[in-house]
Amino acid sequence: MLKYVLHRFMWAIITLWATITITFIIMHSIPGDPFAKEGTMPESVYENLQRHYNLDKPKIVQYFFYLKQVALLDFGPSLKSKTLTVNDYIEKGFPVSFHLGAQAMIIAVFFGLILGVIASLYRKRWPDYTSMIIAIIGISVPSFVLATLLINFLAVKWSFFPVATWKSWSHTVLPSIALAMMPLAYIARLMRTSMIEVLNQDYILTAKAKGLRKNAVIIKHAIRNALMPVVTILGILTANVVTGSFVIEHIFGIPGIGEMFVKGIMNRDYPVILGSTVFYSAILIFLIFIVDVVYTWIDPRIKVTGASK
Amino acid sequence: MAGKIEVTEEMFIPAENNFQEADRISRPTISYWSDVWRRLRANKLAMTGLVLIILLCLMAIFGPYMNGFTYYEQDFTKKNLAPNAEHWFGTDASGRDLFTRAWYGARISLFIGLMAALIDFMLGVIYGGISAIRGGRTDNIMMRIAEVIYSIPYLLMVILIMVVLKPGIFPIIIAMTITGWIPMARLVRGQVLQLKENEYVQAAKVAGAKLSWTLRKHLIPNSMGPILVNVTLTIPTAIFAEATLSFLGLGIQPPQASWGSLTNDALGSILIGNFYQLAIPALLISLTMFAFNVLGDGLQDALDPKLRE
Amino acid sequence: MGKLLEVKNLRIDFKTYGGEVHAVRGVNFEVKQGETIGIVGESGCGKSVTAKAIMKLLASPPARYKEGSITFNGKNLIEASEREMERIRGNEISMIFQDPMTSLNPTSKVGVQIMESVLKHNQISRKKAYNHALETLQLVGIPQPEKRMEQYPHEFSGGMRQRAMIAMALVCQPKLLIADEPTTALDVTIQAQILELMKDIQKQSETAIILITHDLGVVAEICDRVVVMYAGKVVESGTVLEIFQNPEHPYTKGLLKSVPRFDMDKSVPLSPIIGSPPDLFSPPKGCSFYPRCDYAMKICKDHDPEPEDVGNGQITACWLQHSMAKVMNTHTATNVGGGTKR
Repeated sequence: MLKYVLHRFMWAIITLWATITITFIIMHSIPGDPFAKEGTMPESVYENLQRHYNLDKPKIVQYFFYLKQVALLDFGPSLKSKTLTVNDYIEKGFPVSFHLGAQAMIIAVFFGLILGVIASLYRKRWPDYTSMIIAIIGISVPSFVLATLLINFLAVKWSFFPVATWKSWSHTVLPSIALAMMPLAYIARLMRTSMIEVLNQDYILTAKAKGLRKNAVIIKHAIRNALMPVVTILGILTANVVTGSFVIEHIFGIPGIGEMFVKGIMNRDYPVILGSTVFYSAILIFLIFIVDVVYTWIDPRIKVTGASK
Repeated sequence: MAGKIEVTEEMFIPAENNFQEADRISRPTISYWSDVWRRLRANKLAMTGLVLIILLCLMAIFGPYMNGFTYYEQDFTKKNLAPNAEHWFGTDASGRDLFTRAWYGARISLFIGLMAALIDFMLGVIYGGISAIRGGRTDNIMMRIAEVIYSIPYLLMVILIMVVLKPGIFPIIIAMTITGWIPMARLVRGQVLQLKENEYVQAAKVAGAKLSWTLRKHLIPNSMGPILVNVTLTIPTAIFAEATLSFLGLGIQPPQASWGSLTNDALGSILIGNFYQLAIPALLISLTMFAFNVLGDGLQDALDPKLRE
Repeated sequence: MGKLLEVKNLRIDFKTYGGEVHAVRGVNFEVKQGETIGIVGESGCGKSVTAKAIMKLLASPPARYKEGSITFNGKNLIEASEREMERIRGNEISMIFQDPMTSLNPTSKVGVQIMESVLKHNQISRKKAYNHALETLQLVGIPQPEKRMEQYPHEFSGGMRQRAMIAMALVCQPKLLIADEPTTALDVTIQAQILELMKDIQKQSETAIILITHDLGVVAEICDRVVVMYAGKVVESGTVLEIFQNPEHPYTKGLLKSVPRFDMDKSVPLSPIIGSPPDLFSPPKGCSFYPRCDYAMKICKDHDPEPEDVGNGQITACWLQHSMAKVMNTHTATNVGGGTKR
């Protein structure tokens, strides 16, 4: 088990390194240097920055300095703001983004599982069809479309919720729903397929043959086994929620990292783009690593193959 | 007992028995693809998707010429008009005809979706095929590389590349296919490996089957299925990514239009009550996603030999 | 010995896209207390469906109990409520399945899976249930039961899993054990061990066993009586001795001839039954074995023979048992002989 975790951790680090390298190459393939933005910066500051970030050195040296910087969790200054660094943005934005993402994931997992289980138990009857219509809508309607529709109806027309920004709990409702819909739909569909497959397994018949009540069979034997494939896609879905969040944050004007990323793009604020990309990737790679480890922990079959390696 | 029927002596004369009849297979054999097509046709949802796709493609070809306006022509005397006899979908904030723009956008969105799927398919077949056929160390290294690239969040990379490239149709396709081919490569590799090892291919070889026959009878039906499904499902992913990029202002630039940019343009207009500007591109993009997704799902079900009854 | 189970004129249909499948078409047999009966037949003859029907484990829809009764201990199970069935399943009637690799829940410890049954049917503490499960594991010959209780199914070999399945079935001391092809999925050496174990259970307990199999060797080894099924019907039944020595139904004869035996002259070739069973979407009007039968007569085509007692408790459903057929057969003996050569 420990060996497996270490193995996975090593791959997570390699992936992170690859991401940083690719990001670095992409950002440095832009002609000129990232700080050369006309006239927004006094000459002395510019020179200090050049020296501080070793921009006067060859690219390869810069690359190693950048790696070292990232390892020390220093993402450098922002071009737009003279006082705030990228780290300041992340410190301010992360709690907001985390709140939004976590809330969306909780909604997606909770309702996705319920819809999937209900659909599988009432196969080819109306609860199944209703759940699957919700799932198809969730997959077909892009989050930004859903978000704009939610704003149009629930906020502008009927004023149930505030239109935008991030102040009270009611401000969090619409963006969380808009962000949750897609993963919710995926979880519901996968859970349904997985449940249908598990319910046809011989061990479900064994459980029934023991005289267990239908509910006990479903809860103790079916759901636990059906959850396994759902857990494996949680990592990818979390990645979708995180990348989806910068569109949602942008629409609702939520001051998270996503909005910082999008503003960075619009202002061509390269250190911000670079910093947020690396930060995002690190979070995602870490989450996928956690999901993998959790999976081996809950599925006894994998624990042994991992340990015997 | 036998008393219920009249029995006569001659009934006990031995009957002429036809043993061939006893061994006759009662249902006719159907060729693989016509069987797939038969099952796909029985799937109402998938057929709805197919009809929608055909309609959308036709409208993408002919729609922009249907009412005599161009997608770029501005008429500031006719800003923000509601749908009417002249402008069927109304006009936007610059007085451009939304009907023409919507179908012009369809052209761009569908073109990008198809091209991205096609390029992903080709890259995937080449990379996955080489990896599987070479096998051993080469395969191991190639797949590790693919795995690392795959762990980098897709949309994040696409956005990052778009920051560097100039906005436009081809840069979008490049950005999307730089990392988009990996799932296809993994799929193709898996299929080829499975084929190399598969008992029935070995059996066909032993039985002296010609390569072309083996290809047609075994390789094509069994490998093309999952690949075809993957291509079908890549198209909506690419359309979604394009829409997200355009929505963030990184994709299609005015005066050109795509569904993503139209949605973004409409975002401001919902506050002044011009809901239709949002509704039309939102509906079109959702319909397209829906159509490709249900067709892909239907294909998957129709191709799965396990479900063959 | 008292009657434990009586299945009378059982008919079961399955609704499918292609139409109704008449899987079981009037099955009759009974099981006495402590007795072992074997149900044999080709795959698809309805033997597994009958077994699951006794436990009421068929999903409905698609399955439908059309007619007949299943009387267990004086109670008609077809009319029993789901609650009553829950009390009976695993407690009075239990079942083991063909494939031990897939019959155990992969994510639950074997011990927990056995205890589940005990806790469901008895008002006892977990500690007592644990001890009871442990004893049963020992009984079925699983070494180191304490360690095995804490393991997951994938840590067991195929034979050990089937032992665990048997332990699970026996843990509440049922009156009837239904074993649905319990050795089919196992290696030959393991098969013999599992059969030995089932014989021991027979001796040690009062449990009656219904053994479903297509392997006549297994039947000869441990059964008291045999029920031969074909195309959803019982074609012949009787004691093992009678059926093996004097098979009357051509299908039973065919089955026996298609199995190799040690005492057989090696120069006599095995003779498989030509053809395959009829499509149960539209079962034939007459005898279902008619198209494959060497002794087929004109009457067999349109009239289905009723089961008749042919002596010594052996029951056969075949027109050859009709008095008139016996007369005619002596006249046309050469014709019949010609038929068998094919």
